[in-house]
Amino acid sequence: MSQGVMVRRNVHIDLRVNGETQEASFAPYKTLLEVLREDLGLTGTKHGCELGECGACAVLVDGEPQLSCLVLAVECEGRSIETVEGMAKGAELHPLQAAFADLGAAQCGYCTPGILMTAKALLEREPSPTRDRIREAISGNLCRCTGYQQIYEAVEEAARRMKESA
Amino acid sequence: MKVIGKPRRRVDGWAKVTGRTRFADDIVLPRMLHMKLLRSPLPHAEIEAIDVSRAEKLAGVQLVLTGKDFPVTFGIMPVSQDEYPLASDRVRFVGDPVAAVIARDEQTCTEALDLIEVKYRPLKTIATPEEALATTEPRIHEYGPHGNIHRLQAHEFGDVEEALGSSDYVFEDVFFYEGNTHLAIEQQAAVAALEDAGGLVLYSSTQNPHYLHRELARVLQMPASRIRVVATPNGGGFGGRCDPANHEMVVAKAALALGRPVKICLSREEVFYVHRGRHPVLMKFRTGVTKDGRLTGIHLQTLLDGGAYGSHGAASTFYTGVLTPTTYELPRFKFEACRTFTNKPPCGPKRGHGTPQPRFGQEVQLDKIAEKLGLDPAEMRLRIAVKPNSLTANWLRIGSAGLAECIRQVVERSGWKEKFRKLPEGRGVGLACSAYMCGAGLPIYWNKMPHSGVQLLADRSGQVTALCGATEIGQGSDDVLAAMVAEVLGIGAEDVRVLTGDTGLTPVDLGSYSSRVTVMMGNAAIQAAEALKARIAEAASEQFQVAPNRLEFANGRVFLAADASKGMAFREAIELAEAKFGTLGSVGSYRPPDPPGRYKGAGAGPSPAYSYTACVVEVEVDRATGWIAVPKIWIAHDIGRVINPVLARGQVVGSVYMGLAEALMEEQVFRRLPPKLSNALVHKFPSLLEYKSPTSLDMPEVETVFVEDPDPNCPFGAKEVGQGPLLPVPPALANAIYDAVGVRIDELPITPDKVLRALEKKAKGEEPRVGPEHFPAVPYPEPVVVPPPWEGGDGNAVKGAGPKVKVPA
Amino acid sequence: MMRLPWFEFRAPSSVAEAARILAAEGPDAMPIAGGTDLLPNMKRRHQTPRTLVSLRRIESLKKVSNGAGLTLGAGLTLTEVIHEPKAQPYGALRQAAAQVATVHLRNMGTLGGNLCLDTRCTYYNQNYEWRKAIDFCLKKDGGICWVATASKRCVAMSSTDCAPALIAIGAKAKLVSATDERELALESLYNNDGIEYLKRRPDEILTEIRLPPAAGWRSTYWKLRRRGAFDFPVLGVAAAARFAKDGTVEEARIALGAVASRPFLVPKAAEALVGKKLTDDVIAEAATLAASRAKPMDNADLDLYWRKQVAADFVGYALRELRGDDMRGTRLRIARQIL
Repeated sequence: MSQGVMVRRNVHIDLRVNGETQEASFAPYKTLLEVLREDLGLTGTKHGCELGECGACAVLVDGEPQLSCLVLAVECEGRSIETVEGMAKGAELHPLQAAFADLGAAQCGYCTPGILMTAKALLEREPSPTRDRIREAISGNLCRCTGYQQIYEAVEEAARRMKESA
Repeated sequence: MKVIGKPRRRVDGWAKVTGRTRFADDIVLPRMLHMKLLRSPLPHAEIEAIDVSRAEKLAGVQLVLTGKDFPVTFGIMPVSQDEYPLASDRVRFVGDPVAAVIARDEQTCTEALDLIEVKYRPLKTIATPEEALATTEPRIHEYGPHGNIHRLQAHEFGDVEEALGSSDYVFEDVFFYEGNTHLAIEQQAAVAALEDAGGLVLYSSTQNPHYLHRELARVLQMPASRIRVVATPNGGGFGGRCDPANHEMVVAKAALALGRPVKICLSREEVFYVHRGRHPVLMKFRTGVTKDGRLTGIHLQTLLDGGAYGSHGAASTFYTGVLTPTTYELPRFKFEACRTFTNKPPCGPKRGHGTPQPRFGQEVQLDKIAEKLGLDPAEMRLRIAVKPNSLTANWLRIGSAGLAECIRQVVERSGWKEKFRKLPEGRGVGLACSAYMCGAGLPIYWNKMPHSGVQLLADRSGQVTALCGATEIGQGSDDVLAAMVAEVLGIGAEDVRVLTGDTGLTPVDLGSYSSRVTVMMGNAAIQAAEALKARIAEAASEQFQVAPNRLEFANGRVFLAADASKGMAFREAIELAEAKFGTLGSVGSYRPPDPPGRYKGAGAGPSPAYSYTACVVEVEVDRATGWIAVPKIWIAHDIGRVINPVLARGQVVGSVYMGLAEALMEEQVFRRLPPKLSNALVHKFPSLLEYKSPTSLDMPEVETVFVEDPDPNCPFGAKEVGQGPLLPVPPALANAIYDAVGVRIDELPITPDKVLRALEKKAKGEEPRVGPEHFPAVPYPEPVVVPPPWEGGDGNAVKGAGPKVKVPA
Repeated sequence: MMRLPWFEFRAPSSVAEAARILAAEGPDAMPIAGGTDLLPNMKRRHQTPRTLVSLRRIESLKKVSNGAGLTLGAGLTLTEVIHEPKAQPYGALRQAAAQVATVHLRNMGTLGGNLCLDTRCTYYNQNYEWRKAIDFCLKKDGGICWVATASKRCVAMSSTDCAPALIAIGAKAKLVSATDERELALESLYNNDGIEYLKRRPDEILTEIRLPPAAGWRSTYWKLRRRGAFDFPVLGVAAAARFAKDGTVEEARIALGAVASRPFLVPKAAEALVGKKLTDDVIAEAATLAASRAKPMDNADLDLYWRKQVAADFVGYALRELRGDDMRGTRLRIARQIL
């Protein structure tokens, strides 16, 4: 390993997370996942492998679902980061959150934040996705509890509720 | 009923969708340190020396622990406490922990692990049960019958050879079910800290805080009363957090030694080593039948690959057979089982614990029997389905049994009669059934105390708090607890605050395993709620000058049954009760009925009730490549009564998912390198990428039906739903493949290469089958002989019995 | 949590600056684009570069331009490639890109990154601790190739989806260093060696991919993998053909991926199509010829003999699709999604 005489110094940047800009100082090897959870206290974003093999750590980067375990935090300056903590408006749940809770889309709840963020990006792009589009959109998020069916139903229900209230 | 049976948002739903559910790795405490374990790179070796001096000197390292810090062993079963928190003189599989580093951060821990020097002396490795049977020395453990056999057992309920001899046909088949693992997405984590003047608190993603509590007291040699275990919500359980684990012991010891909080979160690779997943099981079924498809007797032999430690193995071994007689009328049954030690991560309980394997064999064999006898497999099963309120050959008491209705439901909804043997070549349907227990009749350690306790608190604010040791692992046990209490008290589930899985605050519940929580916690909850209700009713009835039993509790009110306009808010009724009786509280507890079987070994299998499931799988098989596609699955589950349909359906579809995954792709397999060049015996792919679990694109539509026939032993009649529906899926898939292309794949997983190989055999006129070819000679002991109920027995053994089991008063 | 080792981070804003850093730092520096291949490898200590040179801020790597054909910047994400209107005529590329990994990883990973993807092997793509348990392997830190213990050469598998597709299309790759730049046929970017799998020098940056005009051509890509998402290919078949009005093949290319340490063309199979119409017999002959070159090893998912066995079927799917057969049902069963 090439740690030898390397100077070990933190980087110091501004991060825009859920619309708020925060200063953060962290070791450059830290991924966005680590900085969110360990430096910003946003533990809603989960991790299941840290290798890009499960989707549990998905967050939105400039509106796109990405895996925070493979995004260098140091590369996030100036980009908009959204996590599950930013979904609800005050005490009011996002329609996706409400539908997930109502329709059994969250069992153990561990893959839930990653799927919620992924589904949010989908509905922002396609307000009325078909079942097949939903299946494709969340196919990068492994869930071991639900068999996915109630997740599709919740996304469909959220889409319906969002259209009604629009 | 106002709550039970109504679709509702689960009580912990809000926390789960907002990211506020606090899983173990989300816990951060002031001054917290981090820990990592050094694990053995060798599958079997003696430890000659460990030098930790360089690691200790690394900046940021606070403590290094090794085996010498842990003289006491542990293990979930009292008969096999064979694990050390850190190995002291012997490692038994790649991944066995040998040292721990506690440092300021994980990065420093990782660097320090590289500085620990361990000198090993390699030993001969044992990779398979066949090798274990053939290898007397070295022994992986010094206990067990002999050599590398961990458990041997044999039971015979009636003369099976005689039954087979007088049958119209005897079918003999060998099946293999590959091992697999739970693969919860959350990697286990634990945080240990001191509280209350030196007492220990351990937050851990465990399914069984109570058993962990006991084992911690044993290993740390501390009074259990000074230890508190808090089960954090599990990010998936499936049986993977039932065993107390090394890292939980070590992190606790580290916190005690340093006086600071210490956290460990396992890497995904480590999760594969800690797993305790499904045992690989080789099975041989010899089954006698009459011409019209009635079973005359089954002789079942199983051989389990246990891995390197006992784990739940003693129980797993029983479960590869004891539930075989619970689905169909079976006059005689002989069951022989053997669990071997191998140098691989130990296996234990995974969803269905030991039973999916023999169900696979039994249900595929039934399909072969139906084919041979020219019967419709659904019709045949309907004819022999076990009857409610009966005893099985091995003395299990069946209560409600909705199997026949489950079969009728899936036959009807799947269009079975129009499809079976009628779909075009390459497409087919298959049917299979199962039964599963609703909680083990006996606890893991012998005692006469309750299996579950619930305590309720209520006060003038109107709030009701329910406390129970049960653990929320995603299955919805917190919601079940709230629903039971709410239904009795006539309030909403959301009006009940639940506090669960905390050995420092909640009454004992044995844990989230064996599908026991709804039944056992539920019964305890109803008892507690009824006691509280009686007090409230007594106080409130004085207001109306009526007998307490004239009052009704519903919609947050207490009112006269005869005149709903005369009543009061629930909160006001509590005020009256608090004024009359003082501080309000109640408790309830539950212990399952004593099992009718009295022979040695009768403790495995009994349950307060059994759930039933039937399943139809449709497949499309590409004849050129063997590629398998599953367009749809129909499943009917006899649940007794549905508590929350949203959650119940989630359990069924999730079980189907997991069953299909095991049937098609999941396998926990190992690689041995060429022995001339290397001693290595490693997990083939301990990663989420290469251990294949289905994505949303791989999961078919599932149509779920509930059959509700309330069971008198169960709370509001509700039976289990979390495990049973997994079991019929793999055999239904195998049977569907046979219907589609006429080949038998008698081993799991069923992959396209196996299908293609079988198709090639078929084209050559050979037996169109891929599966194990033989069952090895296993030195099973003389059986414990127990006459079945209809042959004049009283539940005791008549031969080979050992001491009779005391029947508790 | 698996963590990256320490490194120094540089984020130049031009190719020239990036190339200068790479030249100055030597092989201890590595370029990083999407990071979806390099970062997992770094977490597993396959690569431990002292310096990471991020290409993310280099705008020119995102360029799409028409000329004689189409030029795609290597820094385009796979999602951008899939949705790029100008790339629509190149069916094989779109299908290949759309089947890489997952939605999230395609939003991150780049075209250039997929083309430079490290070779893969189940003895190699493991954590440091696991590799220690097998005393490492030829590709990294060890002396033996555990897949073929007598082999002097690492047989790790090329696992890029886009490369076979682009090779069949006839694409060229442009490499830029501080001192020079060169363009080569994409096929010649690769060596059949699991370790030295790329002809790219450590100081070179893959900047763009040039595709020839699509007029008259049809192309397609078929991927074999276990699941509908996540998985790397264990067989990739790309085919492209130019047809005369009557359906006669005038020119064709068939490329295979994931059956060797490099993606490669099978000229003999393509030649078997030229001057003919794609009848079932012609397809079968070409499929057999192409499949005979597939040499899968026991270092990836699924049974290797079976993988070899179905190669001809997959070539057949590709050619039938080029012929105009409706392959949507088969594709849905194989790919599990609508492409």
